[in-house]
Amino acid sequence: MKYSVFSLLGQALRGHTGWTPAWRKAEPKAEYDVVIVGGGGHGLATAYYLAKEHGVTNVAVLEKGYIGSGNAGRNTTIIRSNYLLPGNEAFYELSMKLWEGLEQDFNYNAMVSQRGVLNLYHSDAQRDAYARRGNAMRLHGVDAELLDRATVRRMVPYLDFENARFPIHGGLLQRRGGTARHDAVVWGYARGADMRGVDIIEKCEVTGIDIRDGRVTGLDTTRGAIRAKRIGMAVAGNTSRVAALAGLRLPIESHVLQAFVSEGIKPAIDNVVTFGAGHFYISQSDKGGLVFGGDIDGYNSYAWRGNMPVIEDVMEAGMALWPGLGRIRMLRQWGGLMDMSMDGSPIIDSTSIDGLYLNCGWCYGGFKATPASGWCFAHLIARDEPHGVAAAMRLDRTVTGALIDEKGAGAQPNLH
Amino acid sequence: MRIPCPFCGPRGNDEFTYLGDAIVQRPDPAAPEAMQAFHDYVYLRENPSGLHQELWFHGSGCRSWLVVTRNTRTHEISEVKFAGRRGEA
Amino acid sequence: MSTHRLANGGLIDRAQPLSFSFDGQAYAGFAGDTLASALIANGVNLIGRSFKYHRPRGILTAGSEEPNALVELRTGARREPNTRATTAELYDGLVAASQNRWPSLQYDIGAVNDWLARFLPAGFYYKTFMWPAKFWEAVYEPLIRHAAGLGRAAGAEDPDHYEKAFAHCDVLVIGAGPAGLMAALAAGRAGARVILADEDFRLGGRLLADRYEIDGKRGLDWVAQAETELASLPDVRVMRRTAVTSVFDHGQYTAVERVNDHVSVPPEHEPRQRLWKIVAKRAVLAAGAHERMVAFGNNDRPGVMLASAARAYVNRYAATPGRRIAVFTNNDDGWRTAADAHAAGIEIAAVIDSRAEPPGEFRALGIKAITGAHVSHVHGRLGVDAIDVVENRRAIKVECDALAVSGGWNPAVHLTCHLGGKPVWTEEIAAFTPGTLPPGMHVAGAANGALTLAECLTGGMAAGAMAAVECGYPMASISLPRASDEPAAIAPLWHVKESRAKAFVDFQNDVTVKDIALADREGFSAVEHLKRYTTLGMATDQGKIANVSGLAILAEFSGRNIPEVGTTTYRPPYVPVSFGVMAGHHRGRDFRPIRLTPSHQWAEEQGAVLSARWREGLARNGQP
Repeated sequence: MKYSVFSLLGQALRGHTGWTPAWRKAEPKAEYDVVIVGGGGHGLATAYYLAKEHGVTNVAVLEKGYIGSGNAGRNTTIIRSNYLLPGNEAFYELSMKLWEGLEQDFNYNAMVSQRGVLNLYHSDAQRDAYARRGNAMRLHGVDAELLDRATVRRMVPYLDFENARFPIHGGLLQRRGGTARHDAVVWGYARGADMRGVDIIEKCEVTGIDIRDGRVTGLDTTRGAIRAKRIGMAVAGNTSRVAALAGLRLPIESHVLQAFVSEGIKPAIDNVVTFGAGHFYISQSDKGGLVFGGDIDGYNSYAWRGNMPVIEDVMEAGMALWPGLGRIRMLRQWGGLMDMSMDGSPIIDSTSIDGLYLNCGWCYGGFKATPASGWCFAHLIARDEPHGVAAAMRLDRTVTGALIDEKGAGAQPNLH
Repeated sequence: MRIPCPFCGPRGNDEFTYLGDAIVQRPDPAAPEAMQAFHDYVYLRENPSGLHQELWFHGSGCRSWLVVTRNTRTHEISEVKFAGRRGEA
Repeated sequence: MSTHRLANGGLIDRAQPLSFSFDGQAYAGFAGDTLASALIANGVNLIGRSFKYHRPRGILTAGSEEPNALVELRTGARREPNTRATTAELYDGLVAASQNRWPSLQYDIGAVNDWLARFLPAGFYYKTFMWPAKFWEAVYEPLIRHAAGLGRAAGAEDPDHYEKAFAHCDVLVIGAGPAGLMAALAAGRAGARVILADEDFRLGGRLLADRYEIDGKRGLDWVAQAETELASLPDVRVMRRTAVTSVFDHGQYTAVERVNDHVSVPPEHEPRQRLWKIVAKRAVLAAGAHERMVAFGNNDRPGVMLASAARAYVNRYAATPGRRIAVFTNNDDGWRTAADAHAAGIEIAAVIDSRAEPPGEFRALGIKAITGAHVSHVHGRLGVDAIDVVENRRAIKVECDALAVSGGWNPAVHLTCHLGGKPVWTEEIAAFTPGTLPPGMHVAGAANGALTLAECLTGGMAAGAMAAVECGYPMASISLPRASDEPAAIAPLWHVKESRAKAFVDFQNDVTVKDIALADREGFSAVEHLKRYTTLGMATDQGKIANVSGLAILAEFSGRNIPEVGTTTYRPPYVPVSFGVMAGHHRGRDFRPIRLTPSHQWAEEQGAVLSARWREGLARNGQP
């Protein structure tokens, strides 16, 4: 059933009794060509593109909870393609281009809103770093503008330009960056994949991976055994646990990232603004709540929650950036499960086990990558070779030395 | 989160800096397969959901290195001891 | 003229009259009023407009769980959006304005959404606004964003100061109702260091709102006695206006003290609010319970209120929501409102009890009872004119100007879940009670599912005594006061099937019973999907009243039982927390410390030009 203002009007006159489920609650079959483990944004996008771009439809997505119950369900919704290093930038720009046509592509309003991502800088050195990044973006054909203080002030006049501890000197702007409605992305991909024959199986946890002669043959799950020719893992912070079922040890640490939303207020922030003198970013959702966050807590965690030091840092940075925030209230906070990698960049690669593919290491930046991650992972699984823009995201780059370290922080996951 | 430092008592985690996994051992560079061993030491992690032995540095306190046994699912800390040389308590 | 102020009674101080204004109109109240109670006393029913449909709304509750009565408090740089009128203490010169309406509260153009409601069900925006592609950002989204949100940010730097402080204790008692007061007494008498915190400006909890007796005297007198004793114990700290909002690992709690929110401008050198980071060896959660509504046609009209709130206004604030009140209840507790209003001389139109037999103790009052019946419709738009009562498929109209509804009670389990615990469904009280507790936490009173006063007193005493023992103090000897112990019987009723008009479950986000049916029809049947698709529970009240009813209705529609559906995740903070108080003094130039090199003074004396961040010195002429 196509979604449009016409179907909405038509159904409205019928009391909305004719809407059909957005995706089937499929029963698992005994065998599939491809099984994707993980029903988040990345897993569902992969299934969608496998079906749509590669004609691979005998696919199941296994999700241990309800779809989108992981980081896709609770992120700060930012989309952007303003990365520095060549191994990353082309990938995120592919993602950006996919965002730009996504709603029409999968017939679901994911509320992609390219309202601009403004990265503030507060010193000459920071300006130079952003100039370098902006130039790297432009060399990839991506939009980037370096704004001086006066221009930034015209754009976001409510920020503190008078009394700041770290005065704003200017900003790097990617106009095409912005936000998207995260739950809608999950549901849009699920509906699109389901329509093309993909089975989405919820409440199905993988408990074992069967390997024979160095090749996968299937999985054990809480809903029975399923045979599979190819298996793609897209389970973010649970990557080490699922990979361990195949006997793999990975360069991944699972960490908590906290994020926050305020009470809904009338429009106050038009863009996405990131603070340069502290790890903090903020935007406003279409419902009116300010959505904001900061750094990871810094210690391994599978607890889906963090502690006060980061919360205070985030709220202090918010006040430092915009002193008018004082009487706005934080409404809810949550914590997710991030797969931090050793260089802060993701892994989309095959593994030492034939037919077993890995998609992980997104750290806290996986949401913006959702379309390209699905696109490239589908390509990899369907053709058994990496997609061009993801060619650098190899698992063995820790061996070859071809690390993609945007922050230059080294082999310390919690510093990325 | 509060970490019970053996010298200083329970202190907020913002007094500490986290390094990570305390189990991995720096390999002997003279041993055969040292390259592979060094790679695994630097990059590969158990990353358990459950008990985790990890290194914390009490930077804003006694500046000791501590090996903390903490459950990564519940954050419950069951043991804290000074990080010493390998094999020592 | 305070048309609905009762001549006698209440805990207001009639010797301290106060004047305030709402939407530019001047009114009078008293010290001890909240903005909500003063508005009710003045017969003001219409307080705001709902988020999506812009329906006229009044005051639903008497506490921080309020979904409707949100106002902009103060003006200028101190203007605070989304302030709950139910917890805003009245002070002289208070200025408040309604939100989310244009041009006025009475005539709001947004109400057109109410007429277009059939085209705006839950999730409608996911199915449209995609064509033409450029229109989303150019046209649709700006319109949506303009309509979204409730109050406005002040738009200027917050002029008030905020502080952060630490506190340590043996036992943190959260909530100073009967259970909390007993816990604090028990732990305090045992010699423990106790902090007793309550978000209200008075101690007593439900004892302030109800007419209970303890040891044969007024509950209020017992509270005063307890307060005096607690004040005399040197290791007990009593913190009023202090909400414990969050639980973190290893006995850490965060609380927000509203030091000066109840005065026009904080006195010089005093903070507006103070953040407390508390480390407690043990805690007793005695946070009480939230009453819930029943969903029926037009149950959101101004003048429809929770039954416990209605009697709180009558008993504590001497303000009556109406002159002829009807009560709709599925449990014994709702009758208390009829009894209290009756005792205050207010006419009771009828008590509509969904059960076949009304509780015995209320029969002697001579109040008209319609049993085995449901309210299916509320007549009126800016207020209540009458209600439709369905009894045995017969519908009768009952005239009234206020309707008090009791659908049962939800224990305030929130803090028990902050470390990942999930509550458990308890059939006897048709509610969720605490499951796995955070280490070191005890729960007592209504928060623990104990819904009689005697159980609250006993439970509080046991929890406080146990907590003190666990901290190494001797077992306290404390005599148990006598109080009522009749069980609160309930027959679950979540929505009235005979309703034809919109039946609201989440008031602030305008989520109706039909929306829940739609979500289930479209496969959003996991409780988290229901929430995200319909936005039920995502408003500023975080579903304190709506969540349980919503999932119960989902259970019914999807053919599951309530435990199978389960709850969504309870996350901190329990009540929203301002940016200001979380930042404390770390703002402006004091955001982070300024570190100077040892040569800084010398460099300045040499007239050096200093770069911003590191304050490096350059010699004159720019040479290093």
